[in-house]
Amino acid sequence: MSDNRFHPLRLLQAFLRPIDPVLMLILAALFGYAFVLMSSASPERLDSQMTHMAVAVGVMWFAAWLPSQRLLSLALPLYLAGVVLLVGVALFGEVSKGAQRWLDIGVTRIQPSELMKIAMPLMLAWFFQQREGRIGWREFIFAGLLLAVPVGLIVKQPDLGTSLLVAAAGFYVIFFAGLTWKLIVPVAVVGIVGIGSIVAFGDTLCQPGVEWVGMRDYQKHRVCTLLDPTQDPLGKGFHIIQSTIAIGSGGLMGKGWMDGTQTHLSFLPERHTDFIFAVLAEEFGLFGALVLLVIYLALFARGFLIAARAPTLGTRLLAGAVTMIFFTYAFVNMGMVSGILPVVGVPLPFISYGGTALVTLSLGVGILMSVHRSRLVNKT
Amino acid sequence: MISFHAPEQDSSRFRWRVLVAGVFALVCFLLLASRFYYLQVQKFDYFHTRAEDNRIALLPIVPNRGTIVDRNGVVLARNYAAYTLEITPARTNGLEETIEALNQVVPIDARDRRRFRKLLEESRSFESVPIRNRLSDEEVARFVAQRYRFPGVDVQARLFRDYPLGASASHVVGYIGRINQRDLERIEERDDAANYRGSDHIGKSGLELSYEAELHGTTGFEQVEVNAGGRAVRRLSSTPAVTGSDLELNLDMELQKIAETAFGDRRGALVAIDPSTGGVLALVSAPSFDPNLFVDGISTQDWKGLNDSPDHPLLNRAIYSAYPPGSTFKPFMALAGLTTGKRTPSQAIADPGYFNFAGHRFMDDKIGGHGTVDLHKSIVVSCNTYYYQLANDLGIDGIANFMSQLGLGSRTELDLPGEAEGVLPSPAWKRKRFRKPEQQRWYGGDTISVGIGQGYNAYTPLQMANATAALVNGGKVFRPHLVRHVIDSRTGEKRVVEPEPVREIALKPEHVAAVRRAMVEVNKVGTGSRAFAGAPYESGGKTGTAQVYSLKGSKYVEGRVRERLRDHSWFIAYAPADKPKIALAVLVENGGFGSQSAAPIARQVIDYHLLGKRPNQPAPEDVDAVENAD
Repeated sequence: MSDNRFHPLRLLQAFLRPIDPVLMLILAALFGYAFVLMSSASPERLDSQMTHMAVAVGVMWFAAWLPSQRLLSLALPLYLAGVVLLVGVALFGEVSKGAQRWLDIGVTRIQPSELMKIAMPLMLAWFFQQREGRIGWREFIFAGLLLAVPVGLIVKQPDLGTSLLVAAAGFYVIFFAGLTWKLIVPVAVVGIVGIGSIVAFGDTLCQPGVEWVGMRDYQKHRVCTLLDPTQDPLGKGFHIIQSTIAIGSGGLMGKGWMDGTQTHLSFLPERHTDFIFAVLAEEFGLFGALVLLVIYLALFARGFLIAARAPTLGTRLLAGAVTMIFFTYAFVNMGMVSGILPVVGVPLPFISYGGTALVTLSLGVGILMSVHRSRLVNKT
Repeated sequence: MISFHAPEQDSSRFRWRVLVAGVFALVCFLLLASRFYYLQVQKFDYFHTRAEDNRIALLPIVPNRGTIVDRNGVVLARNYAAYTLEITPARTNGLEETIEALNQVVPIDARDRRRFRKLLEESRSFESVPIRNRLSDEEVARFVAQRYRFPGVDVQARLFRDYPLGASASHVVGYIGRINQRDLERIEERDDAANYRGSDHIGKSGLELSYEAELHGTTGFEQVEVNAGGRAVRRLSSTPAVTGSDLELNLDMELQKIAETAFGDRRGALVAIDPSTGGVLALVSAPSFDPNLFVDGISTQDWKGLNDSPDHPLLNRAIYSAYPPGSTFKPFMALAGLTTGKRTPSQAIADPGYFNFAGHRFMDDKIGGHGTVDLHKSIVVSCNTYYYQLANDLGIDGIANFMSQLGLGSRTELDLPGEAEGVLPSPAWKRKRFRKPEQQRWYGGDTISVGIGQGYNAYTPLQMANATAALVNGGKVFRPHLVRHVIDSRTGEKRVVEPEPVREIALKPEHVAAVRRAMVEVNKVGTGSRAFAGAPYESGGKTGTAQVYSLKGSKYVEGRVRERLRDHSWFIAYAPADKPKIALAVLVENGGFGSQSAAPIARQVIDYHLLGKRPNQPAPEDVDAVENAD
């Protein structure tokens, strides 16, 4: 008996137990795509990105291995730590490029807003789980406050992109928790009308003298650049112009791997990070872009399925929110690179170069796996 | 109000929300997919072009300019490579500091700075502008060693135009200079802008201007892939530049130099033509200038020196200045008289020393007259009375008709820019020339003066030389040309520049022979005899004096007239007498009588052309030539 315990096959089995093969397959497909694109866009970064992937898989495995209820119990300490760090950033943070986002903790610099992307939905899922069966308007108001504090702190930094992502992550939990449509629909309508009118009257609103209430100049600038990239052809507009050229010139089947002229002649800015989708669309064309969309849709489908089958309220909310976070990253990034959304710093999930976002997102995958496993555990 | 729910109810409501979220995600992704379809399929052509425009740049390859050599291969204009120090203002850390620091390494004088400022105004800040030309090897080495200190400064090898003979034949060769706004407009007009991309210089005068199209060559292009910074990454294709054609001239530089030397410090012009082809053997305008001064942009000081000089060295007297031909007009008048039938060679007049016309007495130079004068004698002794009468008989229209056939009073269409028309007077010309009605009227007396080469008529030395060539070759009027061959740099093929006459005047050989016989006599016993004394060949000639200033009522005393008011000295000639190989016209401004200054110059030129004799000193002025003047 004891011999069997240390049998290598059984060890492997034990090791693989937390892993959901479907999610793992999807993740492998994405990593494979990332590998192919990175070797074209920035081969010198391939090694370090593979290290990031290895770390990310480790983090994913750990999160998957951790029982989901244990995960949820980490919510409060993580959330509190995050808020304290954000306050610390506001007070003692390092200023870089006009924004105060980093905190030097001696060993390394950390960006607490990144932590908040996962801590936020965890916290709210845990909170709703605590109030299960007693969720009323008071709970939603309290949840709104829990969300507003870190988002407010991140907006202050200022970091529009991250604050929107954190706000969205929290909102998804609240939405899945059952926030009434009576509130969602009017807000959505106001939002759509607002954005629509900015688009319609962009020319007037973007005149130099016009001040936008509650927005900084650079934020206004970003929105205006989106509306008319040619306004700033050498600044942010240059990015959008060059990335749409890259995408459009890719055509149906693309220019071929390593043959993207926009990519390889440095017309494409940030080609290995936020704009890596343009590399894909240039070298593999519409075909390659649709393949990526399908892989992502498979990821969402699996995520939603796990959420729908999750045993407890907290795990359900968590799984649903995490899936929507994946969607948000993917949609905002591709929308920005193809010129239908403002340029905000959002990476293409699992593909863009960079360790932090990869770890955060893989943690999300691990959480999904953990939730998936908790259902199996409950059943057995 | 949302209140208590059973877990099962909760769960099914959650599933609904998941479905909504899923549908939302799907719709958003369909939006993305349609955006990609729009960009990659519908707008593919547009973006494909944009991407190509992005990546491909055409870099010009500037062709080498053709060289100019004389008929014996002596180089008049060539190129040589030298190093220049160039600054790209946009890439420096402060232009002034850079120039100051640079001055410590490679001397940059005030002139360099001034020229740099001027060029800077014409260029854009990201273009590289030369500040020092022709660096020595040592200077290049010094700079290269310290290059790291000078961002935006670089040494480049460039080709420079060089005129090794300096001031010699500079009016013929001309010069090149930096392309200015006016040149640019001209280039645009010719639809030649692409061919001048990358070219800094263009022909400004002389052959450099008139043969610009041949000399420049064809600019090549290199198709390169560039990155967003504009740096060339890869060469895609390359079309080499085609070197400009070389010019081989009819000019004989030895002859040209002898003619130039013969002028000494006198002002004037000489044109020598091969009467059998119209090829220009020498074309002198004295004084001259050094075209090398212009290549890099002439300094203000040099420009002032040339432009303000009372001698006007920049003026091409041979083709632009027109002077009354004086008695050199008489052989052409004689030919007109014979050709029109108004005179025969043997018809003679009795010359009383004057000609009365409409109550005015036109005087001959010789008091009391030359006695009995026929056509031959009229030329040899330069009898005014004979030509007063002949002019009267021919009438102004008869004169104008004949002379215009010889090309007098109209441009010869020599292959140099800036030729003047001169004046072949006629009633029509006078109407056009003057405004007041009484000035516009043609008087009979006007015709009489024209008959002896005075009055209104005025011709360039080039026209006189060309007319002389036509006279001695029996009536073939050529378009004179300096360039004999245009040599294609690719094939080495020599294109001959038109040796065909543009016009043949119907002259009777015996008429031509009669005039030529008289001209030969001029050089034997007449006004040309002192200049051509002892010549081992026979030649023909005619002196002339163009009045600059007439002292009414008193005898012309040369010594009393300030030098600039002295008459212009003319001489036309050809040699050898039986089979002319050279025809020429010489004009010396304020040189006095034709026999005094112009004829001795002609002698030296013809001596060299026929005998290879080199005098190597200015032609002497024949101060005793006063007697027997025309």
